[in-house]
Amino acid sequence: MTHITQMGVEALVTSLETGEISAREITAAHLDRIRDIDGEVNAFITVNETAEQAAAEVDRKRAAGEPIGALAGVPVAVKDMLVTTDMPTTGASKILEGYRSPFDATVVRRVREAGLIPLGKTNMDEFAMGSTTETSAFGVTRNPWDLERVPGGSGGGSAAAVAACMAPLAFGSDTGGSIRQPAALTGTVGVKPTYGAVSRYGALALASSLDQVGPAARTVTDAAYLHDLIVGHDEHDSTSHQHDWTSMVTAASEGRNEGSLKGLKVGVVNQLGGEGVAPEVHDQLSHTVTALEAQGAEVHILDAPEFDRAAEAYIVLLSAEASSNLAKFDSVRFGLRVQPSEQANVESVMGATRGEGFGAEVKRRLLLGTFALEHGQYDPLFLGAQRVRTLVIRAFERMFSQVDVIVSATSPVTAQPLGSRGEHPVQEHRADMLTTPANLAGIPALSVPVGVTDEHLPVGVQVLAPAFEDARVYRVGAAIEQLVTERNGAPVWQSIPTLGGKANA
Amino acid sequence: MAKTKLMKFEQALEQFEPVIGLEVHVELNTKTKMFTTAPNTFGAEPNTNLTATCLGLPGTLPVVNEEAVRYSIQLGLALGCEIREKTGFARKNYFYPDLGKNYQISQADDPIAYDGSVEIELASGRVIHVPIERAHMEEDAGKLTHVGGATGRIQGAEYSLVDYNRAGVPLVEIVTRPIFGGEADTPEIAAQYVSTIRDIVVALGISDARMERGNIRCDANVSLRPRGSDNLGTRTETKNVNSLRSIERAVRFEIQRQAHILAEGGTITQETRHWHEDTGETSPGRPKSDADDYRYFPEPDIAPLTPSRDLIDQLQTALPEHPTLRRRRLREAWSFSRLEFQDVVNANLLDAIDETVTVGVEPQTARKWWMGEIARIAKERSVEPAELATPQNVAEIAELVAAGTLNDKLAREVLQGMIDGEGSAQEIIEARGLALVSDDGPLIEAIDTALAQQPDVIDKIRAGKVQAAGAVIGAVMKAMRGQADAARVRELIMERAEQ
Repeated sequence: MTHITQMGVEALVTSLETGEISAREITAAHLDRIRDIDGEVNAFITVNETAEQAAAEVDRKRAAGEPIGALAGVPVAVKDMLVTTDMPTTGASKILEGYRSPFDATVVRRVREAGLIPLGKTNMDEFAMGSTTETSAFGVTRNPWDLERVPGGSGGGSAAAVAACMAPLAFGSDTGGSIRQPAALTGTVGVKPTYGAVSRYGALALASSLDQVGPAARTVTDAAYLHDLIVGHDEHDSTSHQHDWTSMVTAASEGRNEGSLKGLKVGVVNQLGGEGVAPEVHDQLSHTVTALEAQGAEVHILDAPEFDRAAEAYIVLLSAEASSNLAKFDSVRFGLRVQPSEQANVESVMGATRGEGFGAEVKRRLLLGTFALEHGQYDPLFLGAQRVRTLVIRAFERMFSQVDVIVSATSPVTAQPLGSRGEHPVQEHRADMLTTPANLAGIPALSVPVGVTDEHLPVGVQVLAPAFEDARVYRVGAAIEQLVTERNGAPVWQSIPTLGGKANA
Repeated sequence: MAKTKLMKFEQALEQFEPVIGLEVHVELNTKTKMFTTAPNTFGAEPNTNLTATCLGLPGTLPVVNEEAVRYSIQLGLALGCEIREKTGFARKNYFYPDLGKNYQISQADDPIAYDGSVEIELASGRVIHVPIERAHMEEDAGKLTHVGGATGRIQGAEYSLVDYNRAGVPLVEIVTRPIFGGEADTPEIAAQYVSTIRDIVVALGISDARMERGNIRCDANVSLRPRGSDNLGTRTETKNVNSLRSIERAVRFEIQRQAHILAEGGTITQETRHWHEDTGETSPGRPKSDADDYRYFPEPDIAPLTPSRDLIDQLQTALPEHPTLRRRRLREAWSFSRLEFQDVVNANLLDAIDETVTVGVEPQTARKWWMGEIARIAKERSVEPAELATPQNVAEIAELVAAGTLNDKLAREVLQGMIDGEGSAQEIIEARGLALVSDDGPLIEAIDTALAQQPDVIDKIRAGKVQAAGAVIGAVMKAMRGQADAARVRELIMERAEQ
């Protein structure tokens, strides 16, 4: 019998509907799991004290015949850059010490209304700036596959929570790969929707033109369930689209149909591979592409020289927008306030607060971003980056006129040891080289686990599609997932080492 | 503080040419703020007109107020500007506690309106076309109150309080090009320009336009250049000028102050200056630098606006008449002297008189009633004249006087009755029996009675002293309780004298 914490969304929903288990039991089981192993993993910054009450309320409504959402009772973890009224929001930073938001992020409000149970706030790189979750002010999150390794970042907490069965679903946010790369490093699924598909209202803004909130889960279908709940225009977010989205759950299901890959034109881009990608990762990608071909897909090799400067353009734009978005953390209206010892005025208090409240990586990017917007630098740096961005967009348009999807490795390497993160910023940002182009272009991207290396570390493959074709990445992602499961006999996530006393395969 | 040394104004003008540039901020009276749904009302308790977005709380986002965009287009059109087909917002980044998020959402290189011109008319009749460089949309900052210092300003304060009610209120910032050739009129030009802006926004109905409430704010840039020079001088920017009179005084002061410094061989510091109403002087604020780097970049949370041609044309067609042109038209149509007209404008009775003339009353008659009796009563009761009476009231009165039913004195009584809500003019006349006696009979009787008491009057009149009739007229009017046409009484007396 599968333990509750290993059940996917459909299994949980069926059990709830038949009365086999209650929402309260489901939540309690996950809280137990968290208590059991999160001391080691540190995926959560805050655990929700009121989760069991919320679950009990779902049970009560169901018993009383009151209307509840189809997924009512399913737990969800929330990356700590989405604001919540019932739990603190930290952004994994000291500077938000004590902050309690008076409103819920729109995506949180939508899942609450659907009856999902927020389990807690997950760990991340401070203000989502990083690829390893090591810059958090609340300690590192360890990769459940190997506790001496990083889970990826910035959303390492959500990915680890899902991978280690502490939650079936989690929210992430993806600005340059922060949902997808941790998914790849933890053997789970992570999706960045089309820019504007999901409301950013209530998401701590990092880079407004790049950020998107998206789902993290163990399977494509589970991610699709969360995705369907959160897409759609929000009047609080002028960048969110008025679009009639089709169901991603249906798309995933279609992907599992016989022949769904037949005739699919799949692009493999030279610049989204090459030297930077580790051989064991490249091997997994090759196997995947071969498997697609065997199912009738046509593979095209594509060239996008425009991507050569994408990582640099990304870091400039990200830092510039972040330098403005993080200006609001100034001690005046909320959060940390540090009074310098000498004669204080507002500038000195702001400076002391930000000096103490922000970590080194955040400060480095704020400085870079401020610099890039300065009078003499604006043209070469900021506008230069925007020009590269336009070229990246056009490159995708050109390539998607020839292929239906593009696949690549999600991360050039598998999970690296904790503490091995380089000091050189540009080198580090090369880790994002495979994921940032999708953010620059605003197109949907899904990472699905495709195998495990000889070191028993998971590898993920990324599927990209044109803007608004999110269903396509789910369809192809589900097809790949099915091929992998058939080949290996079990989904990748089930190969995760046992942790703790309870609830592993 | 020692009194600043000033050159005499006339002397300053001999040696230097004053150049001014004016930045006017207009607060729009939309229902809600520029980028949030928080209410846009005056006088609320501090920090009550707020949403999470006004405070820049984490995760908040701006959403554009369409009413504010419409108002801004209307204002741009009224300023004679071109309206941009694609106009975007930009972040102006700087740290200050009155900004909820330490950046202001404004506009940079693509303001919604640009290249316009505003016609103003000075008291002398001189007409100036003020060139408008741009008008753009932005949000206002909150209000800081500094506590504990001697002057209420930040210097020496113990602590400061922030009120975010005003943060996010929609503003249109109007920037002129440098205004040359004003010469001695320059201070008046500055004041009259702001006054005209005020009239325009009032006519459009887009702002409460009360300068004392900060609905309209003016920053005056002043520089001097030596006669014959082609180079612009260094300018100062004077803020905190809260009335038209202050604008005029501040510009004049700066001209005199700068002239003195330049004449002594000194240089002007490019800086922001603060106007002091009590001393009539400006003092240095923070040094102003053209290199104030606000790190502008396009606002990523808001897509650029693309006002449709149809909308712009619609708003253009619906524009009210330019206040300056309207005034000139009315003044000429009514044949008022400049002074008479200016008094009417200053008393805020232009619209009332215009409406009264429209319903058929002679302009001077309309002016007489509004500026005379109605204004007098209004002042007594501390209300606005337009709240007391209507153009129809005045028309009724004027018609009754013209028809001979009432004389001036009676008309005033009837008007008072109308103001007090006793009914229509006709009803009051009947109720109080105020009509002029039109039948000669009673007049002759009264004349006989009066003459009986002053028998020598007729002889005096016959002897050529016609003014002797005055005493009899007075007596008759008294006997008739004012309800006689004094002119007719006089006629009857003269007829008697000729008998």
